[in-house]
Amino acid sequence: MILPVFLWSDLLIYTLIASVGLFLWQLRKNPQAKKRWSGVFASKVGMASFIVILFYILISLLDSMHYREPLPQLNGVEQQEVAYSSEVKSVLDIVLSPLHSSNESTYSAPFALHSFAKENMTDSNGAIYRDFPRLKNAGSHLKDVSERWWDVLWRSVLAILLGGLVAAVPIGLHKFYRNNSGKTASEVVPWNVAYKTLLMISVIGCWVLSLSEYYHILGTDKVGSDVLYQSIKAIRTGVLIGTLATLVTLPLAIILGISAGYFKGWVDDVVQYTYTTLSSIPGILLIAASVLLIDVYIETHAEQFNLTALRSDFKFLALCAILGLTSWTGLCRMLRAETLKVSQLDYVQAAHAFGVNHRRVIGKHILPNVTHLILIAIVLDFSMFVLAEAVLSYIGVGVDPDMHSWGNMINAARSELSRDPVVWWSVSAAFILMFTLVLAANLFSDEVRNAFDPNTVKGDS
Amino acid sequence: MITSQTVLSVNNLQVSAGSNSLVKGISFEIKQGEIFALVGESGSGKSLTSLSIMRLLPEVLKITSGEVVFGQQKIFELTETQMNSVRGKKIAMIFQEPQTSLNPVQTVGVQLQEVLKLHQNINATDLQAKLVGLLEEVGIPEPEARLKWYPHQLSGGQKQRVMIAMALACEPELLVADEPTTALDVTIQRQILDLLNDLRKTRNLSVLLITHDMGVVAEMADTVAVMQKGEILEQADCKTFFANPQHEYSKRLINSLPKTDDFIGENNNEALLEVNDLKVWFAKKKGILQRTVGHTKAVDGVSFKVNKGETLAIVGESGSGKTTMGKAILRLNPVHAGSIKFKNKELAGLSHSQFLPHRRDIQVIFQDPFSSMNPRMSVREIIEEGMVSLKVEANAKKREEIMCALLTRVGLEPEHLNRYPHEFSGGQRQRIAIARALAVKPELIICDEPTSALDVSIRGQVLELLNELQQETGVSLLFITHDLSIVPHLAHRVAVMKDGVIVEQGTTEQVMTAPAHEYTQALLKAVPALYSH
Repeated sequence: MILPVFLWSDLLIYTLIASVGLFLWQLRKNPQAKKRWSGVFASKVGMASFIVILFYILISLLDSMHYREPLPQLNGVEQQEVAYSSEVKSVLDIVLSPLHSSNESTYSAPFALHSFAKENMTDSNGAIYRDFPRLKNAGSHLKDVSERWWDVLWRSVLAILLGGLVAAVPIGLHKFYRNNSGKTASEVVPWNVAYKTLLMISVIGCWVLSLSEYYHILGTDKVGSDVLYQSIKAIRTGVLIGTLATLVTLPLAIILGISAGYFKGWVDDVVQYTYTTLSSIPGILLIAASVLLIDVYIETHAEQFNLTALRSDFKFLALCAILGLTSWTGLCRMLRAETLKVSQLDYVQAAHAFGVNHRRVIGKHILPNVTHLILIAIVLDFSMFVLAEAVLSYIGVGVDPDMHSWGNMINAARSELSRDPVVWWSVSAAFILMFTLVLAANLFSDEVRNAFDPNTVKGDS
Repeated sequence: MITSQTVLSVNNLQVSAGSNSLVKGISFEIKQGEIFALVGESGSGKSLTSLSIMRLLPEVLKITSGEVVFGQQKIFELTETQMNSVRGKKIAMIFQEPQTSLNPVQTVGVQLQEVLKLHQNINATDLQAKLVGLLEEVGIPEPEARLKWYPHQLSGGQKQRVMIAMALACEPELLVADEPTTALDVTIQRQILDLLNDLRKTRNLSVLLITHDMGVVAEMADTVAVMQKGEILEQADCKTFFANPQHEYSKRLINSLPKTDDFIGENNNEALLEVNDLKVWFAKKKGILQRTVGHTKAVDGVSFKVNKGETLAIVGESGSGKTTMGKAILRLNPVHAGSIKFKNKELAGLSHSQFLPHRRDIQVIFQDPFSSMNPRMSVREIIEEGMVSLKVEANAKKREEIMCALLTRVGLEPEHLNRYPHEFSGGQRQRIAIARALAVKPELIICDEPTSALDVSIRGQVLELLNELQQETGVSLLFITHDLSIVPHLAHRVAVMKDGVIVEQGTTEQVMTAPAHEYTQALLKAVPALYSH
């Protein structure tokens, strides 16, 4: 039997998804918010970027179901207890097992059959010569090196067909459901865009999965492990750091910002003093100092972190918290200003005239009317944090080096890019995956802003 | 006037947004030196007409047919570059809101200069003289010094004068004035109207005056056109129009002006609210320690009383402190000194929680029906909120019944409970606000300019509703307004406020017919009256 492992960040991601579900369920009761959200999905860009984000979330969810495999029992010894491997794997590793297990010895270019560096080898006569050695795993099924591109082409065609088939099933089912339910005639949801995005993701996914079984389609890194595998594993890090750090900023920004704007007086003074002080300290410096503190903590409490995964997870969560704690000031400032404005409006005055208590005025009258700011901040901050992780890892105060992350890959590229010939694939892979996520998040945030910002909402005030 | 040369003619102009037709084929002509008034309520298409003439329509709107001939030029056939030389030079425009039409970071002189340089070749020495001359012409004192002022240093009326000076800078033949006085106080409105009239005479200027105020029309216009829903219903010269309006809607517009000679007398002497020497001062603070260095005296020693079942109108111009005073009675503003007695109980010294039981008795209706309701709450939640928090009715079913009855009473449907504020028009929203105030069964309602944001015909209906409700329930009203014309029909007594003090109070008849204070006399004179000439 395998042993399930629940890291703290896993639990957080589960609760997160549960609360998003709860939010959607709550949304059904509020017709106005529902209308706004359907406005987001009525736009083609919003729909497409949402599906891309969903795909990223799905991967990070798969990567968050961790377990430990039992070690094979020693021959002849009857053990009472099963020993488990110290390596923590995730469900995603099963899907990507061909990638994970096919390590080479050092760098190799994408689709290469030979290593990137020359090695000393002995020919059949016993003479020593230097050449590019054949890779152990990539293209090992080929009889001859010259067959490679035909093989790639043939497999690509097969993979694309398979991808189309895989996508056709949910699309067909959904179309069938839509035709039968009948009530959807008036909806303006651009399902065709959703279908196309899904088809594209499915085709790319199938192509990547089936080809990566035979080739390193994004090459290998210094120690010969597959770059594609690393960059896919880094998705979880990126998505989690984006959401968790954003979630840390929210309560601080919302509570402090709204109370400053609403109660004014000394509350306002204290909050303003706090955030001006905080934002005058260079963020990087603060983060670097805190990360060093955490490193010290981990070393002095080694017994609590008996697995590498536990250690890197703790460090990762701490990084999210610090990032969040240092970046709530922007939203707080905006919320304070907006609350100052909203609390002077007649309906808030009317509520005061009705003797409504402060908690209800804030909850019912102020919070709903500043939600657009919060929503816009969430989606914008998300992409900012994904990028921040890369920067922090690059200067060496980011996530644990054992943890796969785009920042660590970019950090490694520092020396790779100064080689001649250049090793370009590692940094490109990280760049492409990060770029897709951040672009999708930004496009989605634009749509959310359009739908929720009262200044751009047409036709109703 | 000898000439009757046509300056501008509009033939069968149609404007539409998509398939929705907003201006439906209107035609009119403006002669030289004439003031042509385009009258209509909001949404009637009068501003769209003026924007079409200037070719400044927003992109979503299209001119589908018709032509505008200015002098000899067909406006719609000009290129954008040619049009630019028409705008400002031949046709100039002044807007409703002088606060937002001037650039706050440039001095008045620079902004005036810009207009002149754009359209005329003029050398530096002439320029200065011309600028001073312009400001002098629109009646700004010390024009040379004022050129170096920034817009925020000028008053609202002066800003509008500067706007007019800018419009006149290039000696246009036609001036389009889009509600030029709506945002101004009555006394300043009077000055601006007089100025426009003078300019028309001295410069032989044609004016297209867009307004919803029949009083202004009666006083200013030579020709009147009434617009409704994108069509011109009636077009006649001013005297004929007011003497013998043809269309039903025109008659309604004219009749919507309250009569000024019909007073209601005092009816009750039992005091409900007594305010004595009320002061609302705001502290001016300075320095790190926020020391109080002085006070802004918004309300400075005001005394009056409101009797049971009576309406007291507080009349004053913007900045006179009337709204601040209303909010102080509601405890939405801090009271500096003085006493507020409600049914012989002192309210001024009470703490927030002690005041809570009295919130039921004193309610408020605000000016702007668009900001007085939370856009994210349904009408049910809006009306229910006060009933729940002031514990008027604990039973949800009975609350529902009360709310349905209230909505029917104010002229809405019980089904409207589930809708959101943005689904209602301004007048309907104000009715909801009235229902919300009545829901807690108050004895005094403070009405803070409840009709000033409404169209004239709707204004009459809302005032009528308030009157009926007063007769039915015996509620007292403290009616804050700047509009003297609605007072006779509405209030038993009037108090006139200026700069934080009450300068005169008495029965409506007394104040309106024999005003003692010179400010009251000035106010009364400033009101554009229908039958004044």
